[in-house]
Amino acid sequence: MKPLVSIEDLRVAFGGVPVLRGVDIALQKGEAVGLVGESGSGKSVTWLAALGLLPRHAQVSGSVRLDGRQILGAPANELDHVRGGRIAMIFQDPASALNPVLTIRRQLCEALALHRDLQGNAVKAEARRLLDLVGIPDAGRRLEAYPHEFSGGQVQRIMIAMALAGNPDLLIADEPTTALDATIQAQILELLSTVRRELGMAMVLISHDLGVVAENCDRVAVMYAGRIVEQAPSNQLFADPVHPYAQGLIGALPPLDGPRRRLTAIPGTVPDPAHMPGGCAFAPRCALVADACGLAAPTLAPIADDRSVACVQAEASRRAVLGIAAE
Amino acid sequence: MGRYFAIRIGRAALTIVLVVTFAFIVLRLSGDPALMILGPEAPPEVLAAFRKAWGLDDPIWAQYFDYFGAIAKGELGRSMRDGRPAIELVLERIPATLALTLPAFFFKVALGIPAGTYAALHRGSGIDRAVMMTAVAGFTVPSFVLALLLVLVFAVQLGWLPSGGQDSWRHAILPIATLSLGGAAVLARFTRSAMLEVLGQPYIRTASAKGVPWRKVVTSHALPNAAIPTVTILGFMVGTLIAGAVVVESVFAWPGVGRLLVVAVANRDLAVVQCILLLVAMTMVTSNLIVDFLYGFLDPRLRSKGAHA
Repeated sequence: MKPLVSIEDLRVAFGGVPVLRGVDIALQKGEAVGLVGESGSGKSVTWLAALGLLPRHAQVSGSVRLDGRQILGAPANELDHVRGGRIAMIFQDPASALNPVLTIRRQLCEALALHRDLQGNAVKAEARRLLDLVGIPDAGRRLEAYPHEFSGGQVQRIMIAMALAGNPDLLIADEPTTALDATIQAQILELLSTVRRELGMAMVLISHDLGVVAENCDRVAVMYAGRIVEQAPSNQLFADPVHPYAQGLIGALPPLDGPRRRLTAIPGTVPDPAHMPGGCAFAPRCALVADACGLAAPTLAPIADDRSVACVQAEASRRAVLGIAAE
Repeated sequence: MGRYFAIRIGRAALTIVLVVTFAFIVLRLSGDPALMILGPEAPPEVLAAFRKAWGLDDPIWAQYFDYFGAIAKGELGRSMRDGRPAIELVLERIPATLALTLPAFFFKVALGIPAGTYAALHRGSGIDRAVMMTAVAGFTVPSFVLALLLVLVFAVQLGWLPSGGQDSWRHAILPIATLSLGGAAVLARFTRSAMLEVLGQPYIRTASAKGVPWRKVVTSHALPNAAIPTVTILGFMVGTLIAGAVVVESVFAWPGVGRLLVVAVANRDLAVVQCILLLVAMTMVTSNLIVDFLYGFLDPRLRSKGAHA
């Protein structure tokens, strides 16, 4: 099947310091993909770069195709149709993501006017419908309110409504619940799942919370130091992570069932992007490091149907996991 | 909202009273008007008669209450030099001052705000650097230095424009240019930093991510937010319309309120100085009130805070 979006060898550098070092990922229509990794691993930058939302001094190269059409470096007017109209994005901190001096109606109707062929009263009716859809009560009256008159969770709902305004094929949710309380977090994720199912929209859920991703996504990509190191269907990744970094992340999660075990931590810290080790970026923290790891950065290679991993020790790593599991 | 403004108006009135009181006390402690106006050679009995006539012999608090009593009746005192009502002297100078400060205000806004906005939008570019260098030069150079520099170049060297006086519109060009350049520099820098601050906000990225064209992101998302801090500086500039040209008027021998103030202070012409200061305090305070009102208009967050306060 032809992918909706395919990103190939996407690289981003700020002032000569590489932060994305060749990202490859493809998305099918209607699919929910989780993007996990520590802060600074390049999860957000990948999509900001794809949509041309990075500051001008960022150096971006590679390829981002939407329905086979190159959008990286596309002219501004073409990108304006993609943004919001084909690919919408919501952000981490809802409180500062809406313009404080404009009413919700103006900000919502602006998106509708840009991407939908609606006139006059139809725009307002649609805005009201969207607010209803995302669960803002008393939508008609609330349209005239300003962002500061809503709670954080409500603002994130409004952001979702705004993202849906253009009927996008893909929603990038960049840590949409990080700034919210745990209960609100669950409601927002529930809302995202519901609208995604109803509208048949694809979604990328960027998160450092593995639990959130496991529950909401079909497939997960793990990022480390500006690269994707492992890609797998969610259930497989959580049951059987191959990349030592993915193993480390999952080992750090308390299991809900089975015997109690000691949680493991990944030793060391993420390398400074200005001083990346040659070869595999994870090698200095890896328990399975071998001579080959220092030679060249491993590329993402398939290890099974719809699974791929970037690790020269993948086989050894897999055995190690099974060994631990057998203990 | 009503209470928000009631509090501000009360504060404004208090500010005016404090300014006038301060001026009253300092002027009376810093020199004897009788000596200043009649000269040190004047016979003692003439000096005494002068002091008695103007009530300068009374205790300072008695003079102070007399002064406020007079103000309450709308009486702002008379000039000790020619006996004319102080307010008349001041009012007849105001048009001359406004003839400089109003066009200067216009040029400050027309140059400063676009320059600052442009610089912010093209941050790091050659034009940004040029604008900022000019701006730094514009507001670090004191106005009298800039005024003398302009006189040197355009009056002395090139002989294009007169160096002082008030005979024709050509005489106003250099004073207006001096006032405009300094103010435009301040505004450009301020607008630039306000714009940069706003352009870095997440809601600007949200607008772009929605597909709003960049030009519209700037005009309908960034500018209304950047206007909030910029209005503060504009309000301050409106406040200086009456007495913001003291130095420039002195350099260019322009017979405005500023010149009158300098002369009146030198002579300790108490009523005139106090009258000018009262007027200045009132314009300052009024423009601040307008700014407060505009804040409420520009920033809905303040509006609702005011409503609950």
